[in-house]
Formats: sequence, structure tokens, C-alpha cells
Amino acid sequence: MALIDTISPLLTTGWSKGDAGWSLKDYEARGGYAQLKRILSSKMTQDELIAEVKKSSLRGRGGAGFPTGLKWSFMPKAAPEKYVVCNTDEGEPGTFKDRDLLRYDPHSTIEGMIIAGYAVGAKRGYNYIHGEIFDIYQRFEEALDQARAAGYLGERILGSDFSFDLFAHHGWGAYICGEETGLLESIEGKKGQPRYKPPFPANFGLYGKPTTINNTETFAAIPFILGMGGEAYLNLGKPNNGGTKLFSVSGHVNRPGNYEVPMGTPFAKLLEMAGGMRGGRKLKAVIPGGSSAPVLPADVMMECTMDYDSIAKAGSMLGSGAVIVMDETVCMVKALERLSYFYFEESCGQCTPCREGSGWLYRVVHRIEHGQGRPEDLDLLNRVTDNMMGKTICALADAAAFPVRSFIKHFKSEFEYHIEHKKCLVDPEVQRAGSGFFRASSVARVA
Amino acid sequence: MLEIEIDGKTLQVADGSTIIEAAHQMGTYIPHFCYHKKLSIAANCRMCLVQVEKAPKPMPACATPVTNGMKVFTHSELAVKAQKGVMEFLLINHPLDCPICDQGGECQLQDLAVGYGESASQYQEEKRVVPDKDLGPLVSTDMTRCINCTRCIRFTAEIAGFMELGQSFRGEHAEVMPFIGKTVDTELSGNIIDLCPVGALTSKPFRFSARTWELSRRKSVSPHDGLGSNLIMQTKHDRVMRVLPLENEDINECWLTDKERFSYQGLNSQGDNGRLTKPMVKQGGEWKEVDWNVALDYASHALRDVAKTHGGAAIGGLLSPHATLEEMYLAQKLLRGLGSENIDFRLRQSDFSADGHRRGTPWLGIKIADIGRLDRVLVVGSFLRKDHPLIAQRLRQSAKGGAQISVLHSADDDLLIKLAARAIAAPSQLPAVLAQIVKAVCQLKGAAVDAALAGITVSTEAQAIAQSLVSGSNSGILLGNFAQQHPQAATLQALGHRLASVLGGSFGFLGEAANSVGGYVAKAVPGAGGLNAAAMLKEPRQAYVVVGAEPELDCADGAQALASLTKAAAVVVLSPFKSQAMLDYAAVLLPVSPFSETSGTFVNTEGRVQSFYAAAKPLGETRPAWKVLRVLGNLLDVAGFEFNSSEDVRAEALGGQSDFVSGLDNGVDAFTLNLSATVNGFERVADVPIHFADSLVRRAPALQQARDSATPTARMNAATLKKLGVATGDRVRVGAGGTATVTLSTQLDAGLPDGTVRVAAAHADTVALGPMSSVLNVEKA
Repeated sequence: MALIDTISPLLTTGWSKGDAGWSLKDYEARGGYAQLKRILSSKMTQDELIAEVKKSSLRGRGGAGFPTGLKWSFMPKAAPEKYVVCNTDEGEPGTFKDRDLLRYDPHSTIEGMIIAGYAVGAKRGYNYIHGEIFDIYQRFEEALDQARAAGYLGERILGSDFSFDLFAHHGWGAYICGEETGLLESIEGKKGQPRYKPPFPANFGLYGKPTTINNTETFAAIPFILGMGGEAYLNLGKPNNGGTKLFSVSGHVNRPGNYEVPMGTPFAKLLEMAGGMRGGRKLKAVIPGGSSAPVLPADVMMECTMDYDSIAKAGSMLGSGAVIVMDETVCMVKALERLSYFYFEESCGQCTPCREGSGWLYRVVHRIEHGQGRPEDLDLLNRVTDNMMGKTICALADAAAFPVRSFIKHFKSEFEYHIEHKKCLVDPEVQRAGSGFFRASSVARVA
Repeated sequence: MLEIEIDGKTLQVADGSTIIEAAHQMGTYIPHFCYHKKLSIAANCRMCLVQVEKAPKPMPACATPVTNGMKVFTHSELAVKAQKGVMEFLLINHPLDCPICDQGGECQLQDLAVGYGESASQYQEEKRVVPDKDLGPLVSTDMTRCINCTRCIRFTAEIAGFMELGQSFRGEHAEVMPFIGKTVDTELSGNIIDLCPVGALTSKPFRFSARTWELSRRKSVSPHDGLGSNLIMQTKHDRVMRVLPLENEDINECWLTDKERFSYQGLNSQGDNGRLTKPMVKQGGEWKEVDWNVALDYASHALRDVAKTHGGAAIGGLLSPHATLEEMYLAQKLLRGLGSENIDFRLRQSDFSADGHRRGTPWLGIKIADIGRLDRVLVVGSFLRKDHPLIAQRLRQSAKGGAQISVLHSADDDLLIKLAARAIAAPSQLPAVLAQIVKAVCQLKGAAVDAALAGITVSTEAQAIAQSLVSGSNSGILLGNFAQQHPQAATLQALGHRLASVLGGSFGFLGEAANSVGGYVAKAVPGAGGLNAAAMLKEPRQAYVVVGAEPELDCADGAQALASLTKAAAVVVLSPFKSQAMLDYAAVLLPVSPFSETSGTFVNTEGRVQSFYAAAKPLGETRPAWKVLRVLGNLLDVAGFEFNSSEDVRAEALGGQSDFVSGLDNGVDAFTLNLSATVNGFERVADVPIHFADSLVRRAPALQQARDSATPTARMNAATLKKLGVATGDRVRVGAGGTATVTLSTQLDAGLPDGTVRVAAAHADTVALGPMSSVLNVEKA
């Protein structure tokens, strides 16, 4: 179970015992719920609490990187009914950090949510867990029962005036429900599709009430931040990119898995932690922030550090921290075809450019991959993405467009080769060898 | 107020306006599909993207609120590129089958494609195909054409009140569909045809019968309920092909009920029960088609003979409340000229004791547009959703805005309105419960309780309604058709009037028919010594003049109407339609024009005078009824029949009143309340089903297939079913004291009070039961 290798474990401290360390007593033994107790006993004010989070420079770990403390401060003080919602929809291909957070240490998220509830004045929270990890949902329910039994949830928590209860809600497998307002619609029992903003959830959220939505990792970080102090947390990373971050490294590395490193860690270091490239093959490309982030070629990526600003400067996004590593056996056209198919299937169908455009992109890429590309197709793809980006209610259209644009930008010759020669630039035998290797290695890792 | 600059022009708009509203206000068109002023904002079609200064991305004009000093560019390069991009996406999967599409020529997508589309598509992949859906007999689907704007979905959810349509599946697989195995059954369903910006939803009765550019258009007024919806009648070769709403914010807004939209099919009905196109007389028991001269001669002689032999009072005049003001005015003038005061248009009314005590013409009490401003409403005795769908719609919207709506009725049909309080009581109990509400309101308001109400006990339901009413500042009491048809209607009126005056609110009647107010204006009510509609049937006359009505279906007691008409020596019928019953009782049938083929006037429930011209030429040998009556007047030597046009008739009938009639007053003076409520047996709760309410809609085939046109059943609650020892679906024999019985299926209706049986009226199957208000014997068949 030694999947974790961190420089200075923080959020993943409790993971070392694997499945044996998730329960309440283990969490408490690690110092869990101490921060909640401290806040309640010291009657810390909401403003003090939010100020501490702001000091940490914690940015939302779900992908957009919005400053958490600032988001909390948007919640109207006077509203009688407010909600805190945790986004564990984690549908982005390549991302699996929240799954493991809830698997190995669900109570840190629970404590983080209770504290968030205290900070924004909410009495009720929901954790939306995507449907494909039903066992995790069940574990979270179990953890909630433990917390409730121990008095961390419910009326007048630990004898204070603060009441808060938390509920788990599992989805049914729609990527779009990871978009915060689509998630809210889904909790409300409606079809999961994003709402037009404004109004933002802080004003009109769940059931029309002010709502704070954060990613699982964001909530999980809260108790640790308060434990070490915002300042100290910030110093773990670099300015404006505070703390540590979990990276889900997948693809052609020797040890795929979740790695917690301080923000600003060089990518090369992260790659090394993941055991380096499989079979010593050459790194070809990396998608640094989940499937919707633009792909970066090896040379660019090797120069990057793993933080919001560095990756953005390189032309991509840190996103959810899903690092998809591709070696030289990958056909970039085929890889893009797979990604485009995902967005084609996952568009909610609400906005015209995304509903129609995602299918168009997929069909054209599919055609190119299958030897039916036309010389004008690359321009067509760029034009279609141009008409999709920034034209829709949520960012899914952009998410569908980014891979297409970046793959063509950085690997244009491969696409041109495909169109001209009706076949892959990377020999199919090499591709097979690469993927075969992947499977064999994967089995070996678990053993 | 906010200042906004659109394309260089500055204007002031109200706070909270969106860019599209501001643009429309200054006459700048922004292309759009999903946006509709009456529906919530979806912002999903993305056609209305415009450039906003300082915004990095184009913004949807429909959803972007105006901020002070905002600068918007609707035709800038960025905006037009975004709009053209969206248009390209809309068209890639659209079938582009305009030549065979019913929407062709009146299609928003087609129109905007001209402005924003390219002449050829770069999309060379296979197009999407979406299976069609069965939405019922009125709306036809071609779902492959759907652009997923969700207007239809939002309409059913927000305006009609029940989300009968939804979007299933994701992305490109998204489909608009009803619930599995269900159709769209709202009484407002036809509006989704108008809302659909493409040819996905089209009119089933109309489809493939004409092209929009072949149709002539005429403004008209709905002849059905008291609202007087404004219509656009579309004709081809003098045949009404389609009816669409004419927008009038004060009346029907931009909506029509299905009844108003599809009843035109009845105008083109044929066969034994269809249009009457030739004058006919009965000679020796045989019907003969004759010339107008012969028929008019025959009719005038028959009436003159009866008047001479038995006196004018031996003639009774039954006028349809759906007849025009001009027709009613001339008919009453003719009858009065013959010496008869037995004239009435209130055919389904059974209590006339307010006559002689009324202060004026009963009406809505307020303007229709003001219904939405009432913050507390009590609706008494109304099948509101089916009797007045668009008024129900207005109340539905105001309930969403915080108004409290309460109901006192004998059935608890789902109004799809959030109710604040309700009292459901047997028909005989309605006056008593209303009296309780009056008493409770008096007590809550600290007003003196009327002596007649001193002894009654206020129930919790009445108390809850009273409490809701007194908590507002602008209340309205509305009496529906059921209350007006109630055997103690005058008591309900007196109580309602009293209630409103204690509350300082308004009080009114929801007009049952197009001319429920107009009938009074036309003086189509009995004069001194005259018999009202019920009395002239109860005390059979020698002769009857029937204008536009089918008394067996349109009167409170159809069985008695049939008996008295059959017994009469001469029945002169002026009707656009024929029926077997008519052939049985009439002596002469004069084919007159329906509303579409004559000029005329309806005075709607708010007293608004709405005149219209003929939309088509009279069919066959039919003639406008006002002309027929005018000639009859001449033939019978009645003075004052020198009219040359329907405008002349209207001018005399209105006597100088123009836009709104005067003399409207719902008060009753010196009236003794009748609160008696002793009933032994099962009380009948009789509704007039929406598609059986008048002779036109009864002949509209598509509407007759709608769910609202189901065969009448004997509906009762579980306790009543148990008491009778029958189960849902069992056949029961239902009688009303007389010898006649009808056999009906039972149906569970949990909303009915104990001991009541709901049997629809105005239907051939139930005519034999007699009065709408009666005590029924029910036994297992």
C-alpha cells in the first residue's frame, strides 16, 4: 500500500496505514478534530477564521484555483439559511486524489467542512460524491456516523452554540455534475446542468440559498492549515501558491499514484517521485492539470514547477492536479480522439456551441485517426474550437476545445502525417508495445 | 434607472433590466431563440451573444443584467462572429428540410439563418436523427429539427404549471420529451407550437394543409370563455385554416387556450352534426331544404301565429351567451316586438332570485390585468383551470410572486397553483361555508357580524381562508361558473359582495361565456313579468326562438329543455350547426354564421367592448344572424329594425358606450340570504368539461380526442365508493329522481367531498340526468 511518497506529508499524513487508518479514532490520534475543538472553545470569530484561511493563500483545489478565504468571505452574513457543499464529483479523467482522500482520511474533509460551516454560518452541508466510487460513498457515510456519534456533527456541537449537520449524496456518473452549479442542480434532484452566473452560489446556491462550494482537497486542507497556521502553510509553497498539493500522476510512469508535494516543486522532481518513465522511454507530453488542461510537450514541461502560476505561464493549467504523462509510444491523434470522445459524451447539451461543437470535434478527430482526414481539417478544428471557447454557460466547451487546440499546436506534424499518409506517425507496433507495457507494469505495482 | 449605451445610442432603462430588454426597448433587434419575455432565462441557445465593454468574452444579452454606464455592441466584429458561430452550430445537425417543414416561412431559425448563416455548411459528417414523440392530438413533433432551446419545457413548467416536457440525455443526445408514455395534456398545450422557434413542434390539425404565405389574416375575438382572447384568424379560400393568438397584454397576453386555438375545426365541420348550410323547414314531419325567403316566411308566420293565438308571452327566447351583442340585441328586440318578455341568455343559471335586486351587470369586478396585482384571492365555485385557463395562469404567476390564493369549491382538482388555504364542501354547503368565511373575516376585521350569520360556527378551513384574506392589502373574491350555476347563486353573490366590502377588496364573477356581460348590455334578460331561462322551460311555451344555442346541452336542465322544446308548436332555430336533437324539436332551421363569418361584438368579463369583422365569407347559404334577425323583424313588422350594418345595431345596443360598458355592479340590495342546506342522497357535482362548453368546441375533432374530452364518469371519493359497494371502473346506474337513468363507469376522485358524485354536464351521455344541480340515486349496474 505504499502508494504515497511525499516530501512532507500533510494532507496525506493519515494515509500511511492505508485502509487501516481512516476511522475516527485514528484521525483523533493524529490530532484530528483538535482544530474544531479549539475554534469552538475559543469562540473564534468568523472573521478571524476566514482571515487565517486567507493568510494561507489556499487556492481551490478543484481546478479553478480561486482563493478559498475570499470565496468564504463572499457569503452574506445575514442570510438565515446557508449551505456548505463539498465537490467530490472528481470526474476529470486523470484525477483520483479526492477518492483517496475520502478513502484514507475522510474525517479531515468532514472537519474541514464543519469548520467551513462555522466560518460562513451554515448549518447544513452536503458532500456530493461521484457515483463510480460507491464504496467511497459508503465509507464516507460510515465516517459521518462516527462523527455524529462523537458529537462533532448535529445540534450544539461539543456543547457550543454551533449546530451543523453533514450529508453525503452520490451522483450517477455525469462529468458535468462536477461543475459547481450543475452539482447543485443534481443535489436538488434536477438534471445536472450548470446555471448561468451571475448569480453565483454565494448568493443563489443550493435551493436558492447562499452556498459555499469547495473541492474535497480544499476542505481537507483546512484542519491542517489551522493546525500549523496560515502563514506556515503558505511558506510550504510559494507566494500566491500556498501549501502542498496532491497530484494524481498517471500514465507512463513507473509508480502512478497520488503524490503530495509543496506547491512549486519542479515537475522533474514529481516525475522522479513517480518512479520516472516506464521502461526508461522518452517523455513525449504531459497534460498537467486533468484532461481538460492543454497538453504541454516534454521540453516545456520539464522546465515547469508544479504551481498555478508556472503552469499557467507555460500555457496550460494546474487544474485539479491530474498529471497525465505520455511517452513516445503515444499517438497524439489517437490520444486526442479519446479525449474528444469524452467531452462529446459528457457535454450536458444545454448550450448550442458545446452540444453541437463537441460532437463535431470528435467526429473530425475520429476521421483523421481513421485515415479519412482532409487537409483543411486542422483549420476546421481550430475554427470550431474558436467558436466554442468562451461562448457557453460553463467551461465544458473550453475544456473540450483546449485539448484539441493544444494537441494540434504542439503536435501538428503528427496530425498532418495522419492526414497525408492515412496512418499513425507512431508505428502501431510501438503503440501496442507501450500500452502493453502499461498493463503489465500496472499489475506488478499492485502486487 | 440605469444608463446604457447600445451601439452608440444611450438610453435609460429600469433597474434589473437585461441587455436584450434594453435593446428591444430602443428598437435594436438582437437575434435569439431560447429567450422569451414570458419565460425564465435559460441562456442556452447563445444566439444573443453581444460584446460588452471590458468583458473578455461575448455575453448573452438575455441573461446579462444592465449595469450603469455599460457599453454594449450588438453588431461589432466580436458580437457578429459569436452570433455567426452559434448559427453554424445550430445548423450543423438541423435537417434543413425547410421545403417539407410546416414551419417554413414562419421559422425563426430560417429567418436568422438568412442573416447569420453561410450558404454552405462545412459540416460533412452524418446528421443527428431524433425519434419523434407522441404529444397527443394537438401537437405534432419533428424532433430532429429541435434546437433544444427548452422554451416548451419552460412553458409547461412555468406557465401551464406542470413540467410535462423535459430534456433527457446529455450533449448531442439530448432530447426534449414528455414523461414516458405520457402526452402533453395541459389545456394550454398549443402555445408550445407558437413558442417553438423551429418546426419541431407544429400544429397537428393544421400541418401540411397550407403555407403561411398563402393565408389571409384577420383579427378576431374568441367566442368561448368570458376572457375574450384576441385572435388572428388565418384563412385560405374563405376557410379558417388556423387560429393564433393576437398579443394583448391586458387580456390573453401572448397565449391562447387549446379550446380557442383549435375550436376552428368546428367551423369546418360537416355531416349530420356539422355545419348547417341551407335553410330547412319541417313539413309534415319531413325536413326540406328551402330558399331563404320560404324559410323566413315560415318562421315569421309561425311566430306571428303563436303570438296572435296565445299572446306574446307564449314565446320564449333562448339566446346563447356565445352569441354576439348584435345578435342578442336584435333577438330581444324582436321578441319584445312580438310581446314577449321571456328572453334569457343565462342558460346554465338555475337561481335567478338576484333579478330585481342586482345593482347592475355582474362582471369581473376589476380589470383582467389587475388580477395579477391582487395579493389575496378567494376563488369560489370554479373549475378554474378548465373554465378559465388563462385567468388560472395569471393567478399561478401571482401565487409564485407571493400572492395567497384560496379556494372554496366542491371539487379539489389540481389547479397547479400553490394554494394558501382551501375548503372543499358539498355543493349544498357552499353558501354556509362562504357565510362562515364572511363571519370570520368580520370578526378578524372587527366589523359587525351580520345578524343572519350570528348563529353559525366557523370551521377551521373557513378560518384559515379568512386569515389569509385579512392578511393582505389588495384582496379579490371571484365567483366561478359553478357558483353562478349554483341553486343558491344569489346567496353566494350577496355573501361574496359582503365579504369583499368588509375586506375593502374587489368582488366579481368569472364570466362563463364570451358575452356573459354582453347579454345584459343587449338586454337579453327577461323584463317585467317575463320568464327567465329556467322558468320558460319549466313552464313550457308554445314557441321558442333559439339563437346559437343547443338547449339540451347548454341549459342547466338539458332534459327539461329537450322536453319543452319537443312539446312546443313551433321552434325557430338560428344556428350555425345542426344536430339530431335540433331536427327533432325544431320547425325551421335558419343557417346563421358562426363568429368567424359575421361581424359582431363581444363584451368580455371585464366589460371591454371588442368588435370584430368576419374572417371568412359565410359558408354555403348561411347568413350573419344579425341580418337574418333584421329581416325577421321586418317581416314581423316590428318597429325599429331599419339597420343597414352590424355597426348600426351595435351603436343602438351600446347607446354611446364605447371601450368599456357602464352599469357594471356586482352588488345586490334587499336580498334575503338562503343558507338552507338539507340534502338527502348523493349530491351531484356537475362540471362543464372544457371541450363541451359550447356548440363550436363540441364539433372540433382534434379537441374531442384530447384527454380533457374523456367520456363522462361517475367520480366519487373512496368513502362514497365504499358506501355504494363499488370499485373504481365498476358500472353504476345513475338517476336523478325521474325515470331516466344513465349508466356510467365509476372513477375515484379523492378531491370530492363525502356523499357527492361528480358527473359532467353538457354531454350527450348525461343529458338525461336533468338539472346540473340535483340529488342522484346511484346503484351498481
